[in-house]
Amino acid sequence: MTITRRNILKVGAAAAALPLLGTKAFAQTEPLKVGFMLIGTVNDNGWNFGHATGAKYMKDQLGDAVAEPTVVENVPEGPDCERVLRELAQSGHKLIFAASFGYGDYVIKVAQQFPDVKFEHATGYQRSDNVATYNARFHEGRAVCGTIAGHLSKTGKAGYIGSFPIPEVVMGINAFTLAARKVNPDFTMTPVYISTWNDPAKEADTARAMIDQGIDVIAQHTDGPAALQVAEERGIVGGFGQGADMSAFAPNAQLTSIIDNWGPHYVEAAQAVIDGSWTSGDRWPGLKEGEVQIGPYGPKVTDEVKAAAEAIKQGQIDGTFNIFTGPINDHTGAERVPAGVTLTDAELLSMDWYVEGVNPPA
Amino acid sequence: MSTDLIIAVIITVVGASTPILIAALGELVVERAGVLNLGVEGMMLVGAITAFVIVFVTGNHYLAILMAAAAGVATSLIFGFLTLSLSANQTATGLALTIFGTGLSALAGQGYSAKPVTLLGPLFPGLAADPFWRVLFGYSALVYFALFMVVAIWYFLKRTRAGLILRAVGENDLSAHSIGYSVIGVRYMAVMFGGAMAGIAGACFPLLLTPQWAERMTAGRGWIAVALVVFASWRPFRLLAGAYLFGLVMTMELYAKAGGGPLSAIPSELWAALPYLATVVVLVLISIRRDASTNAPACLGKPFLPSN
Repeated sequence: MTITRRNILKVGAAAAALPLLGTKAFAQTEPLKVGFMLIGTVNDNGWNFGHATGAKYMKDQLGDAVAEPTVVENVPEGPDCERVLRELAQSGHKLIFAASFGYGDYVIKVAQQFPDVKFEHATGYQRSDNVATYNARFHEGRAVCGTIAGHLSKTGKAGYIGSFPIPEVVMGINAFTLAARKVNPDFTMTPVYISTWNDPAKEADTARAMIDQGIDVIAQHTDGPAALQVAEERGIVGGFGQGADMSAFAPNAQLTSIIDNWGPHYVEAAQAVIDGSWTSGDRWPGLKEGEVQIGPYGPKVTDEVKAAAEAIKQGQIDGTFNIFTGPINDHTGAERVPAGVTLTDAELLSMDWYVEGVNPPA
Repeated sequence: MSTDLIIAVIITVVGASTPILIAALGELVVERAGVLNLGVEGMMLVGAITAFVIVFVTGNHYLAILMAAAAGVATSLIFGFLTLSLSANQTATGLALTIFGTGLSALAGQGYSAKPVTLLGPLFPGLAADPFWRVLFGYSALVYFALFMVVAIWYFLKRTRAGLILRAVGENDLSAHSIGYSVIGVRYMAVMFGGAMAGIAGACFPLLLTPQWAERMTAGRGWIAVALVVFASWRPFRLLAGAYLFGLVMTMELYAKAGGGPLSAIPSELWAALPYLATVVVLVLISIRRDASTNAPACLGKPFLPSN
């Protein structure tokens, strides 16, 4: 090649392009950094434990394609979570999971400032180009629990320890009650909101207050096994594990448990970001996809009840049964959903009313 | 309400009040000596994880209580060294102690969250089985310990020479110093006592209330204990009343909601505000009395710096 001005330009252009090629190649092999922001500790044996297990599963499945996941625990639902989100985004995390309802507004806000970072908000409803929402159809599991409660409860009275009256919790209460009343039409449900996700002593006292007033089945939407332990101690019919199998705490009282299995979703989302195919949207799988699982049945669940529970579970897996198909009355007895009509996802996600049989809390 | 239900409510109230009462009694003695230790919540958490681990490993509940007290003392000595020997700011050091205790207990509790233990059983198992007498005799030793300590601390402060010296140190440290008492020494003893009580209060969580370990399981009750000392204007029997009143309000909320009766129509927010409304009312009542004095120890929170 003769040294002409044109050739020098060509070589120069190629040389200038080399680093670009380099970065591109490097970007593809650099492991994806994935961040997880949790409301509590990963040792809660429930909700947060489930997400941390999912994060680990993602790393195991995708291997070197993802970096060791960053899990930030105990992030309150307030301005502090905005700071954590921003730090995660600034430190190179390209996919961030925010695993609590109250993070919503902050996720949207931070996501606007980091358009190249993908955010996924669990149990939320606000989306944008780079903010998706994801959830699991826990209410499908609640319907299975409610069926068992309807069969086994002697007093026909159940209690439900909830954290806050958000649609996610209301949906669970309603699914449980509807299923129990299909078995026992006189079944009633009393929800108690305790305004916290993690105060085991208060959960235990709530369970005591319920049992002392004739409730013999307790379901919970808080994160720990405290209520189940009281159920075991008092020898009532029982309760249900939330988020994970809690039979170690209540071998007799745990009738079954709803197990969160977030792993497959985390693998899918991380793979989509790596492939560049990630899009915003709302993902809401349930029993069918295995994201919600029913744990082993306790010793008090007879074969007959087990069969009834399995039938409800199977019906939801193959799509022949939906707990939110009418006719459904609200707690005042007025018809809310006509026969044959099924509530849409949007209606479920904004659910702020209780079905018949629920003593509505103040 | 039937008698059975009233008895059941009382039993739950007593359980909920006991850790608050024990922690507040310790803080009362500390403050009477002129020291403000805001680290109660942190010391309680250290006591809670210690008690849990000991009972998990050995199955001995009483050893667990003793070790929780020892752990509380050890934690309080950090505070004592910084504020008494080094004259650090008590408010800031106490807050730091709570943050430290929260983190330390979480670290020590790694891997213990999925493990169940058993509660400490009632002190009089025979009477505890009786449907009526259990209301008086159905509790574990921790409950009776709390009640005994109310009387013991009242007697100590009011009737003993050592109690008089402790109060003198809290009211006028320079005078106590000038007549030959070791202000720092007395305060160290008080801080260690407060630590032991906070540790035992922490032990109430896994041994009395809910047999498990969960991070931050005291959920702010250490702060209620600190507030109660003011509420009780530094007097043990008022503290007893205050702790049971707080326990009653916290528990009645749950019973009212779970019962589904007319009381369940009261919004949660009002229930949550009730203890604090009660505090305001009590403070107003105290201050409109003729001998208006809040009874606060004069040297509360001030570092002791003798001018040699």
